[in-house]
Amino acid sequence: MSDTITLTIDGKEITAKRGQTILQAADAAGIYIPRLCAHDDLSAHGSCRVCTVMVNGRPQAACTQSVADGMIVENESDQIRNIRRNLIDMLFVEGNHFCMFCEKSGNCELQALAYRFGITAPKYPYLYPQRELDASHPDIFIDRNRCILCGRCVRASRDVDGKTVFEFVGRGAEKRVAVNAEATLRDTKIALTDKAVDVCPVGAIIIKRVGYKVPVGQRLYDHEPIGSNIEKGAKKG
Amino acid sequence: MAKPKVATTSLCGCFGCHMSILDIDDRILKLVELVDFDKSPIDDIKEFTGPVDIGLIEGGCANEENVRVLQDFRKHCKILISVGDCAINGGIPAMRNMIPLKECLEEAYLNGPTVHNPSGKIPNDVEIPLLLNKVYPAHEVVKIDYHLPGCPPPADTIWEALVALLNNKQLDLPYELIKYD
Ligand code: SF4
Ligand code: SF4
Ligand code: FES
Repeated sequence: MSDTITLTIDGKEITAKRGQTILQAADAAGIYIPRLCAHDDLSAHGSCRVCTVMVNGRPQAACTQSVADGMIVENESDQIRNIRRNLIDMLFVEGNHFCMFCEKSGNCELQALAYRFGITAPKYPYLYPQRELDASHPDIFIDRNRCILCGRCVRASRDVDGKTVFEFVGRGAEKRVAVNAEATLRDTKIALTDKAVDVCPVGAIIIKRVGYKVPVGQRLYDHEPIGSNIEKGAKKG
Repeated sequence: MAKPKVATTSLCGCFGCHMSILDIDDRILKLVELVDFDKSPIDDIKEFTGPVDIGLIEGGCANEENVRVLQDFRKHCKILISVGDCAINGGIPAMRNMIPLKECLEEAYLNGPTVHNPSGKIPNDVEIPLLLNKVYPAHEVVKIDYHLPGCPPPADTIWEALVALLNNKQLDLPYELIKYD
């Protein structure tokens, strides 16, 4: 059995390796599928659903679904766009995102997705939830107002750093990222060099005293939409 | 033919968005040729003189007066635009939305570390507009037709939007002109 298979994404035939996810195959073919919880160096999580594509007519998460020979994938349709846009809108209204003073602004993947989708205002009412901030650690803080529960920090700390500093607690609207049960960041072994500190797509996990270092105009998404590097076929980074 | 009319107001904002309107630089001369300003801090006209083509809203609604002004704008403006993050999501003033109003007032007038208030009272004069329980984005109070995000939105964004809408064109902002900071 050959290791290479073919599938189509939006009518374009691409080759992929058996065992790859749709997201990985699309990346390799220079097709960008929006994502938030997925990260190249981490196991798939399948929680944000921003990577939703139609697979043979049914919605699937591209970051968890493996490719199959002859698969027909739809990535750019009004229906898919709508699903993704609604998800992005919901992430904005269910947290407290004050981009105007957020250290991550310009380098934030959530904000960048909203820009890419041309969102000028979310269509749902803002919830303004009460969320906790933990600034106990001398070098790192976590602001849950901006957390989108992507689970990247949880996976990175557990699988890469081998520390399991972060874990989810609670359910539904009460779900949040916790640190070693009820402890604070200061009580953990988290270090500046941890993968968990590096992977947060938004401004929830922040390194202290380096905010706003990169001037406006030179930040990651100031000039080119998120995903441009994949679409250019450049190496991802 | 009479020139189209533009009205502007600052609700719970810092006037930064109005500064950004002025920041279109010499294009302001073109703008004055293109439109007449009606109710606006720019010409200091206090009340609408009649119907207006485009209304620009800076700031969200933090008190009852903001709501009345916003409703008045909706009534008089054919097209109503939220300009800036405060109008769109409450902005900095909305940081009080996570704290009960009573607590905010007590902190500001009684308990804050720098408060000097011998009367020990929270101001409550009929002249002072009543605060709302929280700060509301403009589109949660009246229908808003377009949003120009930014803190403030770049002058180019405001210019592009005005020129497109005054020429009955679709408002299609390029990537670099949609910014939330
Ligand atoms: S985390 Fe991103 S979306 Fe949230 S406030 Fe910061 S820049 Fe804006
Ligand atoms: S803190 Fe950051 S990485 Fe962790 S779940 Fe929240 S958004 Fe994701
Ligand atoms: S990126 Fe696939 S579900 Fe989040």
